[in-house]
Amino acid sequence: MEQSPDSKFTKVPVGRRVFIGLAALGAVGIAFGAEAQNFVGSKLGSGIASLLPGGDHFRIYSITGSYPYISPRKYRLKVSGLVAKPSTFTLADLQSMPAYEMVKGFQCVTGWRVPDVHWKGVQLTHLLKEAGVRAGAVAVSFDSYDGADTESLTLDQAHLSDVIVAYEMSGAPVTQHHGGPVRLVVPQMYGYKSLKWLSAIRVVDRVEPGYWEQNGYPGNGWLDGTTGPTDPDPSLA
Amino acid sequence: MTTSTRTEAVNQLVRFDKVQRTAHWMNALLFGVLMFTAIPLYFGSFFGIVFPRHVIQEIHLWSGLMLPAPVLVSMAGPWGRRMREDVRRFSYWTRSEIRWMKTLGRSPLDADKYNPGQKANALFVGAVIVVMWATGCILQWFRFFPVSWRTGATVTHDFFAFAIFAAVAGHVFMALTHREVLVSIFKGTVSEEWAEHHAREWLDEEQVSN
Repeated sequence: MEQSPDSKFTKVPVGRRVFIGLAALGAVGIAFGAEAQNFVGSKLGSGIASLLPGGDHFRIYSITGSYPYISPRKYRLKVSGLVAKPSTFTLADLQSMPAYEMVKGFQCVTGWRVPDVHWKGVQLTHLLKEAGVRAGAVAVSFDSYDGADTESLTLDQAHLSDVIVAYEMSGAPVTQHHGGPVRLVVPQMYGYKSLKWLSAIRVVDRVEPGYWEQNGYPGNGWLDGTTGPTDPDPSLA
Repeated sequence: MTTSTRTEAVNQLVRFDKVQRTAHWMNALLFGVLMFTAIPLYFGSFFGIVFPRHVIQEIHLWSGLMLPAPVLVSMAGPWGRRMREDVRRFSYWTRSEIRWMKTLGRSPLDADKYNPGQKANALFVGAVIVVMWATGCILQWFRFFPVSWRTGATVTHDFFAFAIFAAVAGHVFMALTHREVLVSIFKGTVSEEWAEHHAREWLDEEQVSN
């Protein structure tokens, strides 16, 4: 094959460059995809961004293979265990308590992330204070209406002011798929800690590993980069 | 002119040997399974539809892990001579091919065995195998990677998945609208007459080397 410059047989390793370029784009995506997603989300707004491939939308999982439906009218939240005043709350009861609102990213342990989710609900600290935590209490366990999922927080973790029992998400009632009418939200930890379809809060004398912890996830689901609890609003703690 | 590149009738040229055809169809099968299972995995979790997610996830995982195999195995051994030869064709482009690609087929082309569009498709498929395999591994074994990588891998896996659906649709459309080329991925050969019109440089090469 002739190799004189500019002859029709001169070959340029274009294909190799395209191949390496595409693979490099993948590597850049891994390294900076999270930033790109935040940038696109902030430019377009989360609503539009969530429709894009790789956009910020929830991946909805269910461990039982179905999504329990609980009528808001019949919804009950039971608070029991090592408390002075065990009680059962309706949705209206929760809504009549002091509301706590926050805008937080939702980060799944497997990687997907939804920036800036607006939540509204009741602080867990409020419920615990109302119930009166008794001596000997160490942790708080949570049960779900799906009959399978359970979660657990130490008492210290449960007292973080941004741990809430949420009944509103993005300005509307929490939907069935997102764990409504009422779910737990623990924004400083991975999503699996934010138990859906919350049915019961039990104050207990030892940490009971929840469903995901029994399946290998860490008991303290702190998001990477944080070493422990930080209270976003110490005056409320 | 009697050589190994001739089969059946005298005027047939081998475009894809058995190894290449097997690699193509194994690769196509894996892509098909992955794309098919990707739909419920992506949109199911998007809309919260109930389905046996675990089973579909396992199928997607194992097909994904196998994905690089057809290309690598077909290139690896003494059986991979033609495959490696074609990979070289994908790698090195002539000036006329670059121009043809830039003008989207509106400039004269000294046609090689594959036209620049076909070469671009092959390069894309090769590159996305690498990208999807790597990001898929991060998603599966996320514990070993920092959380920003997991997020980046999710975004990248999704983004390339959409590109793959577009590219595969284009590939299938081109195949269905170009009969002789389509037949060649089944029986392996094209006619000399076809090569005369669509792969002149390759035909010359073959005739010189024979």
